[in-house]
Amino acid sequence: MSDLKDLVREKLKDGVDAFLCLKDEEGTLLPALITDADSPELELVEAGGARYPMGKILIDLLREYPGKRFAVLVRGCDERALVELSKLEQVDLDRLVMVGLACTAEEARACGCTRPYPSEIALGEKAEAAPGRETIEEVEALSEAERLRWWKEQFSRCIKCYGCRNVCPMCFCKDCALENPHLVEPGVIPPEFPSFHVIRALDMTGRCVDCGLCEEACPADIPLRSLYRKMQEIMEEKLGYRAGESPDEKSPLSFLGSEQDIEKLEREQ
Amino acid sequence: MVDNGKELSYRLVPSTCVYCGTGCGVLLEVMDGRVTGTLPQKDHPVSWGALCVKGWAVHEFVHSERRLTAPLVRSGGELKETDWDTALAAVAEGLSRVAKEHGPDAVGFFASARCTNEENYLLQKLARAVVGTNNVDHCARL
Repeated sequence: MSDLKDLVREKLKDGVDAFLCLKDEEGTLLPALITDADSPELELVEAGGARYPMGKILIDLLREYPGKRFAVLVRGCDERALVELSKLEQVDLDRLVMVGLACTAEEARACGCTRPYPSEIALGEKAEAAPGRETIEEVEALSEAERLRWWKEQFSRCIKCYGCRNVCPMCFCKDCALENPHLVEPGVIPPEFPSFHVIRALDMTGRCVDCGLCEEACPADIPLRSLYRKMQEIMEEKLGYRAGESPDEKSPLSFLGSEQDIEKLEREQ
Repeated sequence: MVDNGKELSYRLVPSTCVYCGTGCGVLLEVMDGRVTGTLPQKDHPVSWGALCVKGWAVHEFVHSERRLTAPLVRSGGELKETDWDTALAAVAEGLSRVAKEHGPDAVGFFASARCTNEENYLLQKLARAVVGTNNVDHCARL
């Protein structure tokens, strides 16, 4: 198995201008852009330990440096994010080389995503784990009124930090509905239930790649991921679409269609 | 390959959020010489990858046009930019005059969560030992 350091060096020598991965800076693990194949920084590159929104960083880098080519170390979730962002015309995959990292069996178990590995694996070994559905099952066992109460209790802890949106690789809109004073009253904590969280959940439909960074960033431990995961399951069940999985198929929600078209799609399922 | 000529310049600088005394870990995104964004530091022992709304926006004041970069002193009802020596002399003169005319307890000192522990220690020392008042409070209660 190859070493990350060698992979970074190899890609830089192959003509990419910079490699985005993690590095250990005096004990702090942070995303770093390596531009020189002979840089002493190569000794500090790390594959694991923490996850950052690489897709989000790349949107900015690709836009700021339109003449440059990048390589990036991707887990399954990073790859899904970049594939979906490309469909949404936020990243140019022609200027991006993805180097795949498979999550360890332990990471896959703790995270519970359905595909904890990218389509091509350069580092690590493919591990499968059962999808994390505990919270969904817990909520589905409740009556509708109890479910609403359950979510209300969860969302009552929200301090409206916007961290779930800010860290999300799939959130890139310049004008965010969550900052529209007609939809979300400014200065009110916790934000109005359920509108604030429903706006976000609906925006995640057909877009969420289940990376779980939102839940990791939440200071109030709100089980956001289970909400978006359920949306993902409905999306797959009703429209047969999973965000980030197939590069050539666009989200059915990105087309304007008539009610008849939607009914037809539903019949086909 | 097309090259726009601009040198790649992007790094994340670990820092501590200055908005309150909690001390959350932030990574400041620096692109092309400008602070452009904030990410939470995932392995920070205080905040473990979470931030509040202020922490997420901590980069915004750095290049803000509204940021004060020099002290202002009010003269003739109007705030005027000046140098630090002039500003500190105006503060010393005002504080001494009030303490002399109305006693030291007519003066109050407000410490700040945006300063270090040591700076706040020195401020209360100035209040108690130099001016002679226990009127010391801090911005987190405002």
